Amino acid sequence: MKPAPFKYVAPSSVDETAGHLEQHGYDAKLLAGGQSLIPMMNFRLVQPEVLVDLNNISELSYIRLDDDGGVRIGAMTRHYQVERNPIIAEHLPLLYETMPHIATVQIRSRGTFGGSISHADPSAELAAVSITLDGQFKLLCKRGERWVKANDFFIGMFTTVLEADEVLVEARFPKIPERTGWAIHEVARRPHDFAMVGVTACLTLDGRNRVQDARLVYLSVGEYPVEAVQAEAILKGQEPSDEVFAAAAETAATQDTDPSSDIHASSDFRRHLVIVLTKRALRTAFERAIDNSQ
Amino acid sequence: MNDHVNVSILCNGKKYERMVEPRLLLSDFLRHELDLTGTHVGCEHGVCGACTVLLDGLPVRSCLMFAVQANSHEVTTVEGLGTPENLHPIQEAFWEAHGLQCGFCTPGFLMTLVPFLKENPNPTREDIRTAISGNICRCTGYQHIIDAVQLAAEKMSNP
Amino acid sequence: MTKKYLGQPITRNEDPRLLTGQALFVDDVDMPDMLHAAFLRSDYAHARLKGIDISTALERPGVVAVYTAESMGADWEPGPPLVSPPPTVEDVVFNSRRQVPLVKDKIRHVGEPIAVVIAESRYIAEDAAEDILVDLEPLEAVIDLEAALEPDSILIHEDLESNLAAQLVQNKGDYQAAREQAELVIKKRFIIDRGAAAAMENRGIVADWDVKSQQLTVWDTTQAPIPIRNGLAARYGLSEHQVRVIAPFIGGGFGPKMMMFYPEELVIPWVAMKLGRPVKWIEDRRENFYATTQERVQYHDAEIALTREGRVLGISDQFLHDTGAYDPYGLTIPLNTQSHLLGVYDIPNFTSEIKVVFTNKVLSTPVRGAGRPQGVYVIERLLDMAAKELGMDKVEIRKLNFIPPDAFPYEQHYIDQAFAPLIFDSGNYKPAIEKAVELIGYEQFITEDQPRYRAAGRHVGIGIVAFPETTGVGPYEGARITIEPSGKVNVATGVGTQGQGHFTTFAQIVADQVGVDPRNVNLVTGDTAEFHWGTGTFASRGAVVAANAIHASAMAVRKKILEHASKHFGAPQEELEIEDGQVRVSDLPRMSISLGELAELANPLRGAVEPGTEPGLEATAYFGPKYGATAFGVHSMILEVDIETMTVDILRYVIVEDCGTVLNPLILEGQIHGGVSMGIGNAYYEKLVYDENGQLLNASLADYLIPTATEMPHIEIEHQETPSPLNPLGSKGVGEAGAIPVPALFAQALENALSDYDLEISETPLSPNQLYELLKGRS
Repeated sequence: MKPAPFKYVAPSSVDETAGHLEQHGYDAKLLAGGQSLIPMMNFRLVQPEVLVDLNNISELSYIRLDDDGGVRIGAMTRHYQVERNPIIAEHLPLLYETMPHIATVQIRSRGTFGGSISHADPSAELAAVSITLDGQFKLLCKRGERWVKANDFFIGMFTTVLEADEVLVEARFPKIPERTGWAIHEVARRPHDFAMVGVTACLTLDGRNRVQDARLVYLSVGEYPVEAVQAEAILKGQEPSDEVFAAAAETAATQDTDPSSDIHASSDFRRHLVIVLTKRALRTAFERAIDNSQ
Repeated sequence: MNDHVNVSILCNGKKYERMVEPRLLLSDFLRHELDLTGTHVGCEHGVCGACTVLLDGLPVRSCLMFAVQANSHEVTTVEGLGTPENLHPIQEAFWEAHGLQCGFCTPGFLMTLVPFLKENPNPTREDIRTAISGNICRCTGYQHIIDAVQLAAEKMSNP
Repeated sequence: MTKKYLGQPITRNEDPRLLTGQALFVDDVDMPDMLHAAFLRSDYAHARLKGIDISTALERPGVVAVYTAESMGADWEPGPPLVSPPPTVEDVVFNSRRQVPLVKDKIRHVGEPIAVVIAESRYIAEDAAEDILVDLEPLEAVIDLEAALEPDSILIHEDLESNLAAQLVQNKGDYQAAREQAELVIKKRFIIDRGAAAAMENRGIVADWDVKSQQLTVWDTTQAPIPIRNGLAARYGLSEHQVRVIAPFIGGGFGPKMMMFYPEELVIPWVAMKLGRPVKWIEDRRENFYATTQERVQYHDAEIALTREGRVLGISDQFLHDTGAYDPYGLTIPLNTQSHLLGVYDIPNFTSEIKVVFTNKVLSTPVRGAGRPQGVYVIERLLDMAAKELGMDKVEIRKLNFIPPDAFPYEQHYIDQAFAPLIFDSGNYKPAIEKAVELIGYEQFITEDQPRYRAAGRHVGIGIVAFPETTGVGPYEGARITIEPSGKVNVATGVGTQGQGHFTTFAQIVADQVGVDPRNVNLVTGDTAEFHWGTGTFASRGAVVAANAIHASAMAVRKKILEHASKHFGAPQEELEIEDGQVRVSDLPRMSISLGELAELANPLRGAVEPGTEPGLEATAYFGPKYGATAFGVHSMILEVDIETMTVDILRYVIVEDCGTVLNPLILEGQIHGGVSMGIGNAYYEKLVYDENGQLLNASLADYLIPTATEMPHIEIEHQETPSPLNPLGSKGVGEAGAIPVPALFAQALENALSDYDLEISETPLSPNQLYELLKGRS
């Protein structure tokens, strides 16, 4: 399975990259980690005329803590770097816990944050987590730059709001509020496979340990990560309990998500898993929130 | 479309310079340009791990890289690990514990394990299972491989 | 005293090269001026081929040639049948239809090769394959086995009256009478699907026709280099000695690499001869799912008839076997199934009908187990169902029905895959199951552990199954052993090697007889120039047939050593001993000669030799068993099910295995571990999913789920040795044993874990989704 021929350019700066994209538009594809793109090219499912290799752009590889407690991740930061970074461990623990769930060791040596987000696989953990953590992405092109909320970024199967001439350069996450707990739960055929269903959750409690804010974002339940807005609404203001969690889970499964069937799981089974995982994730997130409040 | 690009790669301590098509996969480059056939190709879609090599010390799937991307980087393949007369402790351990049968997946396992054992000099069997979950073996059922890794860890901590 | 190597856990001779990347696999072969091939394969499962336009492909720079069925002219011919119909059974239906080198007029499965592109690189060849225009008339695909046999079904082979490839009935005793006498009759349908071998190394061929020496050399990832050589010679009008087939190190076989011929094996050498340049074709992983054979589904309608005490009076089983688009292997797999339908049990009455059915899918040929897992699944499931109905313990019902140890050789009174009467040569089942029961703590689990788990809301279950494995089938293998003047011992045999450790086990056998260290025994396998009589590695026969040939040859060389040394020293043979490469007269250490020196003396450059003497220290011997030896085993496991997520965790896995004399315990364990991993794949992870159009939906390793280290349990193995009386070593095969009982074991253990749901599992493989559906149906 050899890829079709392509013209290859390897810019060394973001500006150069923008120039290539301006010139070639949809004829070009950006090569980040290559762990998703190159298999598709080997299968000849994707045959770009021009391949713009981002791997020489060192300016896109960083993890920084802002003064306001927010975290910035450069788009070409590799998964293994995020996986081992103390800033991520301390300030974005949900992301830190998510990293080992992503594929395998070898994939994480090359895969990048920006690449995963831009590829927008509906089973991608990072896409869901970015929404859960209220992330924003910086998109850049010759025409200028713009910030897009993670929640607005994914619009279809492998489809994002990125224009033909834009490149994602940074992800920024605000400081996690006090009294917040988090969880990620997935079920996959083998631990390193794409999840049949996954849920990422954040619960922020008020002074009386009631839910002040909730985020429930699912992967593998649709064409892109789905935030269970109605389930979140059920949780808000409530005193957490198994009954409340069950109600949220039921809502998430029946109202917020509409999973489809494939050879690994039927939509019915997926809905069932949504319920199971939501309850588990909310319990975990709540326990952690309590811990963080002490 | 078929413009060739110059690549300069340091592989197993030796410098190689070649002109290659950009689409030439690193796995094919190593095997057919450099004649280092120890790295094997099992799937070309990044799942089986047989093609694992070290890029700047990190385990990567060489079927998911173009050779041109390795330009100015350092690659280590199984040939850089040891020779029959001078086996690396990991290779010795695999031999003693019968950690291979057909041997096709073996170089990929070895290269995955080199950085793993560096960072985890005393792994549990569970740690090892997770570490090698990105490498498929169809012959061994993994048990003797896990034995081999524990034996290698012992050898490397008592050289 | 001579050392003994056989039975020792000796580390392998072949490993240092494999570990350091210095072992030759087919894709490592590189020849000057070599060209590369890529096949254009059908996207449709069933279609008429109306026309092919290769003109654009030919114009692409770097393309040297493009061939179709038309190009091959008179050389185009389907592959030969690998088996004939069984001669001794009456009323057999046998419609032999074999795979073709390149499609001529009709496509019968997705991936069937339509054209081959020859170019300067594989990359360019794949580019050019996309340039080829194919005019097809798609036809309805025949996928379901029962629908395929309906009278109005579209025909896959239009010269036949139906899609029935073969049919055969076998009987033992009188099942109908047994059924009438029975106090309990249970009937059940079982649907058993299998999967791909998915060896890590895909297939490959390099062919080189040297015009000056008129020699065709072919490197091939085959388990059967000798039949390939003979077949190619016959096909292309060459003498067998003009053709050399080399199977170097092979990255796993498991059955599908034992085929004759794959289309590529016919086409690539033909192209090499036509172009006068070496040609290489390496299968990629996607192709492997379409172009390499697999093992297919069977539907069983089975019945068990018993007394109220649990004694089995008879088994009936009518089943359909899916052979895919062609049937080069005839009835082999389903005959194996029949051979295992009575398990390790003394069942006097049996009737079974096989119907082999053509479908528009990739060919089904033996994959590790080769029909045996299906037979074992049916009998073990029927016994479990009977045990439940009768309120009997699963172990007790098995023990009650075991063939007793004094009943061997036990004749089954019907034929096996070799068309010989099925006879179990030896066995001793009761100690094996009792050992397994003890090792896994069966009693304690049932009485103490499981109730505790249940009280804690955990679903943990235990399973235990027993199974036979027919192994070591003929016809024969051979070996030639030569002691060289250097003292090195050279062994040549026809079987290839795909990781079973032949280089070592065979060396151990030779070392014991000839008195050298196994490290000094050099083995050559899989090269028809070195040895050209034999069949190949399949049906767990290497350790029996090839090993015994090597043993016979080694004994013959030993005899020559002793004869020559006796003459040399003027001492009687009884006073000689051979050790560490030296022959010496006992108690006279100065009267010693090295084997190498003796070999030189036995091959003088000048002088006279006695008439009838053979030169050197060399012997060739063959071995063909009277019939196949029967190994057996018991597998037991404890597993836990998370009934919310349907994930399964195997907590313990215990095996008691009896494959006769153990040649090398390290290698033996490795074979069993590997077999179990394939069995677990077949039970819970691996399934080739075809849609109603014959499209394979999971033709990649991302979606065809092979167990990795995180899915495998730790396996505990205990050995028992009941030697086979059928060969001097007493050995039986074990290559497939690990895989055979696992799906049956899974079904039983899951039912036990989920006993509050009262499941009756009759399908394999299972999956979390299927488990969910099963539980939903019961709550």
